[in-house]
Amino acid sequence: MSGDPASSPLLASQSLCLIRGGRELFRELSFEVYAGQLWQIEGLNGAGKTSLIRILCGLSRFGFEGEVVCNSPLLYLGHQPAVKALLTPRENLSWHVSGDGLHSNTQIESALARVGLSGYEDVPCHTLSAGQHRRVNLARLFLSEAALWLLDEPFAAIDKEGVDELQTLLTAHVKAGGAVVMTSHQALQVNCDVRFLNLGAGVAA
Amino acid sequence: MSAPGTLQFCIRLLRRQLLLAVRRPIEISNPLVFFAMVVALFPLGLGPALENLAGFAAGTLWIIALLSNLLTSDAVFRSDFEDGSLEQLLLSPQPLYLSVLAYIGAHWLMTGLLLALASPVFALLLNLPGQALGTLVMSLLLGTAVLSLLGGIGAALTVGLKRGGMLTSLLILPLYMPVLIFGSAAVQGAVSGIPAGPYLAILAAMLCLAIALAPLAIAAGLRISIDA
Repeated sequence: MSGDPASSPLLASQSLCLIRGGRELFRELSFEVYAGQLWQIEGLNGAGKTSLIRILCGLSRFGFEGEVVCNSPLLYLGHQPAVKALLTPRENLSWHVSGDGLHSNTQIESALARVGLSGYEDVPCHTLSAGQHRRVNLARLFLSEAALWLLDEPFAAIDKEGVDELQTLLTAHVKAGGAVVMTSHQALQVNCDVRFLNLGAGVAA
Repeated sequence: MSAPGTLQFCIRLLRRQLLLAVRRPIEISNPLVFFAMVVALFPLGLGPALENLAGFAAGTLWIIALLSNLLTSDAVFRSDFEDGSLEQLLLSPQPLYLSVLAYIGAHWLMTGLLLALASPVFALLLNLPGQALGTLVMSLLLGTAVLSLLGGIGAALTVGLKRGGMLTSLLILPLYMPVLIFGSAAVQGAVSGIPAGPYLAILAAMLCLAIALAPLAIAAGLRISIDA
């Protein structure tokens, strides 16, 4: 399963080139993400990690050169939690604007329990902390059926136990035939096929 | 788990937007309070003579409705832009055309519909003749829906700007003018005994055109704003 070249890639980028503010962030960036792989995008602040993720998921459609081909439903988690402060975590998940599914109450409760928000299902989100907001958003990972996850700094504002649990989830997702492309400054403790993309060096290794 | 149908998803969006509005009642009451305050200013400025007020009432009511719509339309997508929900909406597999209609529909229910229903009270304050009340409500029902759709275009284009309010007005006011012309003409006609039907039919035609085209413009505007 891991990176079988015969199967088609979930996500392929061909000679991506991005110039921002007169500075070339990356050029001729080509890589293919197959099921069973976890790609970690590394780079200094301002190296273009978020820009690359936004290009890959299709939010940025202009201002760069190259081509992105995505062959799979994807789930994108960005910097902002996309959690409405006036709604409860349960409402946030069951009426999520991404429209990726109809979740039963038990599914939502178990997803919230797994991100450590059991008991907070029906309190308005504005009473929760920033980290808990991010956890509500991360609960979408437990509900998602998309094979390809594009995660921009998923560990930001998450405590140590949460990070461990998230890494377990990422491993499980990749082992189950999914793929993850994520940016992070941390060294991952995952037991799967990890590829690195260093934007500073501009090479896929 | 199964993927929701398009209609189901739109209803869900509509419910979500309405619930968000109900949880912040000030957003619902603001346009109505604005309407009431400005209506109260006119007798002070023009003098309290009833026949004077009646002459201006049709146009005045329509202008105030237009302005209160303009005040609120800027916020349709703003909070969703700020917390990242808009990015998720653009990436969703559902057709953006219909999602956008759900957003605008919620906005209209919270502003235009309530304003139209409350307008007879304000009309009586300005001594609008009783036979024109029905036409006023009808013209506002049709007209504010067009205004909400047009306002959505401005909101979508300026949602990425920190202070988009003034720019929205400049972009959208020219498009509001035909609605104002035919809306107030309908009420004026009803006051002077001319059948208002043709005017209302033109407003309805404008609404059909706006429903068909405005969501395309709004969707494109949102994509540009998110991309920038």
